[in-house]
Amino acid sequence: MITLNNIDKVYRTERVETLALQNINLDIADGEFVSIMGPSGCGKSTLLNLIGLLDKPTKGKLLLDGTHINGAGDRSLAKMRNEKLGFVFQSFHLVPDLTVLDNVEIPLLYRKIAAGERKKLALAALDRVGLSSRVHHFPTQLSGGQQQRVAIARAIVGKPRIVLADEPTGNLDSAMGDEIMGILQELNEKDGTTVVMVTHDDRFAQQTGRTIRLFDGRQVA
Amino acid sequence: MNIANLKLAFRVLARRKVFTAISLVGITLTLVVLMVATAILDNIFAAGKPESNLDRMLFVTVVGRYSKDMSQTSQPGYGFLQKTIRDLPGAERYAYFTQLQTAVIYSGAQRIETQMKRVMPSYWQILDFHFIEGAPFTAADDAADRPVAVITDALRDKVLGPGPAVGRTINLGGQKYRIAGVVSRVPITRMSAYAEVWVPIGAVTAELQRATIGEYNGLVLAHSRDDFPALKREFNTRVANYTTADDRPGMETRSGLDTAFEALARPMLNNPANTDAGLVLRTIFVTLALIFMTLPALNLVTLNLSRILERAPEIGVRKAFGAPKRTLIAQFVTENVILTLLGGALGFIFTIIALAALNHTSFIPEAQFNVNARVFGYGMLIAIFFGVFSGFYPAWKMARLNPVNALRGGAL
Ligand SMILES: Nc1ncnc2c1ncn2[C@@H]1O[C@H](COP(=O)(O)OP(=O)(O)O)[C@@H](O)[C@H]1O
Ligand SMILES: [Mg+2]
Repeated sequence: MITLNNIDKVYRTERVETLALQNINLDIADGEFVSIMGPSGCGKSTLLNLIGLLDKPTKGKLLLDGTHINGAGDRSLAKMRNEKLGFVFQSFHLVPDLTVLDNVEIPLLYRKIAAGERKKLALAALDRVGLSSRVHHFPTQLSGGQQQRVAIARAIVGKPRIVLADEPTGNLDSAMGDEIMGILQELNEKDGTTVVMVTHDDRFAQQTGRTIRLFDGRQVA
Repeated sequence: MNIANLKLAFRVLARRKVFTAISLVGITLTLVVLMVATAILDNIFAAGKPESNLDRMLFVTVVGRYSKDMSQTSQPGYGFLQKTIRDLPGAERYAYFTQLQTAVIYSGAQRIETQMKRVMPSYWQILDFHFIEGAPFTAADDAADRPVAVITDALRDKVLGPGPAVGRTINLGGQKYRIAGVVSRVPITRMSAYAEVWVPIGAVTAELQRATIGEYNGLVLAHSRDDFPALKREFNTRVANYTTADDRPGMETRSGLDTAFEALARPMLNNPANTDAGLVLRTIFVTLALIFMTLPALNLVTLNLSRILERAPEIGVRKAFGAPKRTLIAQFVTENVILTLLGGALGFIFTIIALAALNHTSFIPEAQFNVNARVFGYGMLIAIFFGVFSGFYPAWKMARLNPVNALRGGAL
């Protein structure tokens, strides 16, 4: 499903060059639930962003669902992100100007889907995360846990094969964190969605099929 | 442009009240100026009483005479028009009329200055004045050289007071004229129609018959615009063959049979032979409008750019979920166009107020500017253009944001 070969990522700013990832080799199979762990600044987000096609590797080969992404243009990258991937972020990243329902519809706006059908799919996704009663609220009117559930609904509304979650429970208390973890697990078990999750929490990492450990940009396990 | 984009645009504008207000002030001011200019041009160049046939009218307003050692441009003389526009094949009618002349009316002890045109009887059939009373003077009046006049209701009120005036006389420059008809006053923007008193051309002397230059304008009414090219061609042939007894060798005469717009362009560009005068003037107008728009557009660009950072996370999210650059550009340009259209709608209201003020003050005497659906349409087109013009660069810049940096709310 996801293959990384000899991946390096270098960030260049005016003063410094940061080698954020060094010689990463990774194979994640269809339907796996993988966690990524490691100390702050070791390159976890960088790795997830590369897999999510939000950034490009400095060196190495990246294959997603059998497709080389090296050299792909804006339009084909956008199409792949839209169809194959769903993101969940630590700080939710809901659009404050949009209602819950409109936020969840975002991925569908970039497909050829009629407005009525969009709404139906978005409501179904919100139902799955248990938020059917809040669809016309604005993000600021919801608790952190609720916002993250909206974000998950948005990530799964387009039925992507891969869901990428960057510390999805990092901003939540442990009860809410458990809830979110439960939803991701169900998604993996029932739908067979491949889930890659960055976490600091050993408890959650143990519930995943496999843990990748990074240290200083290198894969240590 | 889809519904989701429109909904979002309105919501964003409603939530960013300060930005919306500041932007709207600049946009509205800009569009008011452009719409007032559009309304004035519309009142001059679009058909409207008494120039209801303006779309079928052609004018001769300039004659140029050129030889090796001299050049001279002036208004056409009677003789020149006789040889060039009388009985043009395919034309419906033709007429000559003088430029505006100041004439003095003596009424008792009063001395009233007034604007006068001398016109051929056929003039009244090409233009559709609204006769409140009486009728135009006729070919018979003209042939018999009778002193008859048509006046506006405004002049009648000033000289004779309200009430029937036909048959009464006025003392115009020391000669008595019988009033044949009274018409509603005419806006000054109706160039071929505007005057306060109209009288026949009168006796045509031998000198007038010979005059190449003088104080006349020629007016030709075509059956349709489609006949313009043929009429112009025939006119140009006649001008090319035009000679007078006192022509020196090598003397060349140039002139043009022009639409109202081309007729304005010709003297401004100081080139009687330039047949593309209309196009050049149109280009000048559009360029002026663009230059005028540039500063407020840059202002809006700056405001929009400063707003990018605020919206960076949204852009990051949209990109992460598959928005291609193009779609994002379309979204932000749509938002900007909606803002400028709001400015356009406000601008239109202020334009109506500004024109009413112009009409009621004596800043432009005899102005009767009005707006209509066409001016509104042009106004909205200008607003849309302004929106695209000022929205594209910020939108492009936004759409180029790196999604990772954008999600962190990072720099450009
Ligand atoms: N956009 C960037 N520009 C420069 N350096 C960056 C950028 N993003 C991350 N880094 C650096 O790369 C390293 C890895 O960062 P990151 O992947 O965010 O770590 P983690 O998610 O494990 O905390 C860090 O040293 C960080 O400072
Ligand atoms: Mg991180």
